[in-house]
Amino acid sequence: MTASRLTRGGSAIDRTRPIRFSFDGATVEGFAGDTIASALLANDVAIVGRSFKYHRPRGIWGAGVEEPNALVDISGERTTPNTRATTEPAREGLETRSVNATPSALADRNAFLDRFARFIPAAFYYKTFMWPDWHMFEPRIRAMAGLGKVDAGWTSPDTADQVNHHCDVLVVGAGPAGLAAARLAAGAGLSVTLVDDQQRPGGSLGHRDGEIDGRPASVWAEETVAALVADGHKVLPSTTAFGIYDHNLVGLNQRHFDGRPDTLWRVRPRRIVLATGAIERPLPFANNDLPGILSADAGLSYLKRHAVLAGRRIVVATNNDSAYEVAQAVVEAGADVTLVDIRRDGAPALPAKVRTIKGRALASASGRLRVEGVTLDDGTKLEADCVLVSGGWTPTIHLFCHAKGKLAWSEARAAFLPGDPVDGIAVAGAAAGAVSLSDVFASAEKAIAASGPTKVTVPRSTGPEATGGISAAWPKPGSKGRIWIDYQNDVTVKDVELAARENFVSVEHLKRYTTLGMATDQGKTSNLPGLALMAGITGRTVPEVGTTTYRPPFTPVPLASFAGARAGALMAPVRRLPLENVHRESGAVFQEYGGWLRPAHYGGAGADADRSIADEARRARQSVALFDGSTLGKIEVIGPKAAEFVDFLYYNTMSTLKPGRCRYGFMLSENGVVFDDGVLVRLDEHRFVVSCSSSHVAAVHARLEEWRQDRFGREAIYIHNATSEMATLTVSGPNARKLLETVGLGLSLDEADLPHMAVSHGTYAGDEVRIARVSFTGDRSYEISIRADRAEPLWAHLREAGKAFDAVLIGLEALMILRAEKGFIVIGKDTDGTTLPHDLGSEGPRAKRQTEYVGRRSLFTQEASRNNRLQLVGLTVPSGEPPLATGAHGIKRGDGRLHSQGFVTSSYQSPTLGRPIALGLIERGAARHGETIEIQHLGKISSATIAAPCAFDQAGDRLHA
Amino acid sequence: MQLFPCPFCGPRDETEFHYGGDAGNARPDGADVPVDRWTNYLYLRSNPKGAAREVWVHMNCGEFFVMERDTLTHKVLSSADLGGGHAA
Repeated sequence: MTASRLTRGGSAIDRTRPIRFSFDGATVEGFAGDTIASALLANDVAIVGRSFKYHRPRGIWGAGVEEPNALVDISGERTTPNTRATTEPAREGLETRSVNATPSALADRNAFLDRFARFIPAAFYYKTFMWPDWHMFEPRIRAMAGLGKVDAGWTSPDTADQVNHHCDVLVVGAGPAGLAAARLAAGAGLSVTLVDDQQRPGGSLGHRDGEIDGRPASVWAEETVAALVADGHKVLPSTTAFGIYDHNLVGLNQRHFDGRPDTLWRVRPRRIVLATGAIERPLPFANNDLPGILSADAGLSYLKRHAVLAGRRIVVATNNDSAYEVAQAVVEAGADVTLVDIRRDGAPALPAKVRTIKGRALASASGRLRVEGVTLDDGTKLEADCVLVSGGWTPTIHLFCHAKGKLAWSEARAAFLPGDPVDGIAVAGAAAGAVSLSDVFASAEKAIAASGPTKVTVPRSTGPEATGGISAAWPKPGSKGRIWIDYQNDVTVKDVELAARENFVSVEHLKRYTTLGMATDQGKTSNLPGLALMAGITGRTVPEVGTTTYRPPFTPVPLASFAGARAGALMAPVRRLPLENVHRESGAVFQEYGGWLRPAHYGGAGADADRSIADEARRARQSVALFDGSTLGKIEVIGPKAAEFVDFLYYNTMSTLKPGRCRYGFMLSENGVVFDDGVLVRLDEHRFVVSCSSSHVAAVHARLEEWRQDRFGREAIYIHNATSEMATLTVSGPNARKLLETVGLGLSLDEADLPHMAVSHGTYAGDEVRIARVSFTGDRSYEISIRADRAEPLWAHLREAGKAFDAVLIGLEALMILRAEKGFIVIGKDTDGTTLPHDLGSEGPRAKRQTEYVGRRSLFTQEASRNNRLQLVGLTVPSGEPPLATGAHGIKRGDGRLHSQGFVTSSYQSPTLGRPIALGLIERGAARHGETIEIQHLGKISSATIAAPCAFDQAGDRLHA
Repeated sequence: MQLFPCPFCGPRDETEFHYGGDAGNARPDGADVPVDRWTNYLYLRSNPKGAAREVWVHMNCGEFFVMERDTLTHKVLSSADLGGGHAA
């Protein structure tokens, strides 16, 4: 008989509501209010998992977030790996499995590994399995080591909520310090948010003795919470503050336990009170990882909250006063108790029933699968089925350190305490080193002192007070046996000694070399003993060794919480055309182009896409094509300085453009590189429309605003991005004009009134339309811009009228072929981050312009003037050859090796020309038309002849046809 | 998550902002600017440890402004609009 449920007591459990769940396939019975750990303990399940590396049997150590051993993978309502059994409420029907154990924690088939422990010390994998290749061994080693398993096939059916929250004071921790601070802050008229990771507030008051303002401590806790809620303050149980980020943003992970995913809170408090308590440390003795060896405070917590007595013959081992209350409680619960204190004197009184051995420490524990006895450092042997251990308390200062708080070593407390205060953050209670309730309340009062007078009186401790006497008991170098420092990562005293021998003496190196303090518990119980040992080995003090850096999250947070709704289609939402549904009905197959979802072609889902695209491109040249160009940028530049402004922004002089006319031009970056190309429309003297590339609208807009605000001032220019306000429908082809004439847009399409590169206005169904005669196909084209919400009837009309002309709907793929036939470039495809305007054949402004423009000086550098620059060319292949591969390199031979002399940027089969066409950037290409060069792609060499970029209608007759 | 004070919209999350470069990096005009001066303008950044004057843009309202902040402590020291002129 060992651990068992008592017939009476248990403040957290409801004996009228029994529940059942499974652990490693076996049924476990418990009560509502149990955690998985308390239910397992009540059922005397000693072995709850296997250790990370050696597959040692491990039992429950703690009762809270610090738990290193009792990790379970949960399936059922939600699948979650590596859940701490100590913080996970037991629920009806949960399926839980131990981690790193096959088939079960009790009968793990890799348990043999522990016998090889001496061959696999810390960092063994850096030194072994090197021959012939580590990767040969890696998969097996990785499969044998590790913790829980992610269920790769499981996806959450719902998304996690994310909440933004503001308050005057955020209090983290609802123990005595947090409750007092929250109540005092509320009394000062501040809005308070109180969060606590437990389901029931109260912290240590839930299992430690105390009397506050004349009432039992647990009653005071309930009353305080009720008063806060009644006053309209927010109290969030089951919520962990997992990190403090820049400017004191606090992240909270709220759990629900009803099937909903966790909720992520982003809190911006004016002030933060950290009342995060302290975590009990283990003591160093051989085999201190055996199941049945628990934190003393956890033993008390299980007894008081869940009525579970962790053993019958209990040894309480301690170096401090806090375990005396535990010894007294377990002896009163009926256990046979021996208390072993390393100190000779200065400890609290105990009932006579507790056997007390002073001035002795545990040397080792023994037992095969669970603890059966202990040996003291004088050789005395004691039988035991449970050892409750207290090695002192480590204040939970993680959040304080997230906020860049510095720690100060306290020899009296044998712990790091918060050092110099951090702006906006106060630390109270055990986290600040307070032990007695009186000290705790004093620290809470101090924490909110800056908030002004409070109407609430500071609570008073009216019962017995805890004392904080301690004599440090750090692991010592040269100790006998296997003394565990880090349970979760299987790090022993010998591993730390090994690291020190190999000169990994910095605490950060120690962590990485031995994995001390890594994984899900992040060393909450092991960090301090580990670095104290390193201090002992290297003859330094603990503060000289220092701590590793504390980083969020304090406890694991589901990735789904950070993702929130940003998943699937919402991960990177596409922009959509106003006529998307109409295009779908026409058989459009959509693809994403530069953030826009656009028709690739209209062949329908099952069609041969290449044939559909070729068909569209051919027919567009024959009669007339309709194209949705709504994504084209339409950024208006308005104001008395507008002309001067566009002159500065463009490589080309734009101020000479006459109202009603359009001009093609480049925008450069300050380093001279072509940033965007497009048509600038001058509507009137002081009003331009920048028609930039579809995927570049946001970037061009930002650029215009930057120069407007930083160089020209806000008053004389106004910039308005009208891109999504208007749909742009393009009619292109030899019959474009005839088609438009049948539609009737209330304006003259005569050559004199609307020549190529001119703009005019008409009306359609009462709405103004703007018609620009610009062409990206090389054929006569009209771009008709109309209010986006009125575009559908016009599009329908164009299609209906188009029937008489055998009009074809073309998608973006066909348009790409048409523009490549003409040698028209796409920025970012036919250019790269080194392409200057004169590389594209635009030499004029560079040679002649006298006025300033963006990127000007960069066009006259040594680099810009290099005579072997890559220049835009067309490339033709020998008759019968397939199209070149985009990205293939033009090569030249020299010193016995191949060298690149440029590359293919665009390549298509032209249905109109009946041969492949290509564009490329080739060294000195402009001067080498007619020259045949070698092209290499994936090791194969072919040839191509350099030509002018324009392969079709070089005279441009079709623009006016 | 830092809080930056947009002079137009008040304190906002840093994710709403874009960095716009060192403040005071005045642009030299002309095709004959000495190459060192142009290189300095284009590429060389002071990258101070401590107080820094920087141009930022608040993406939501589109306004550029000058912010002084400490690159070490992340403390924001001041923020002001461009005042209708250059970020000198």
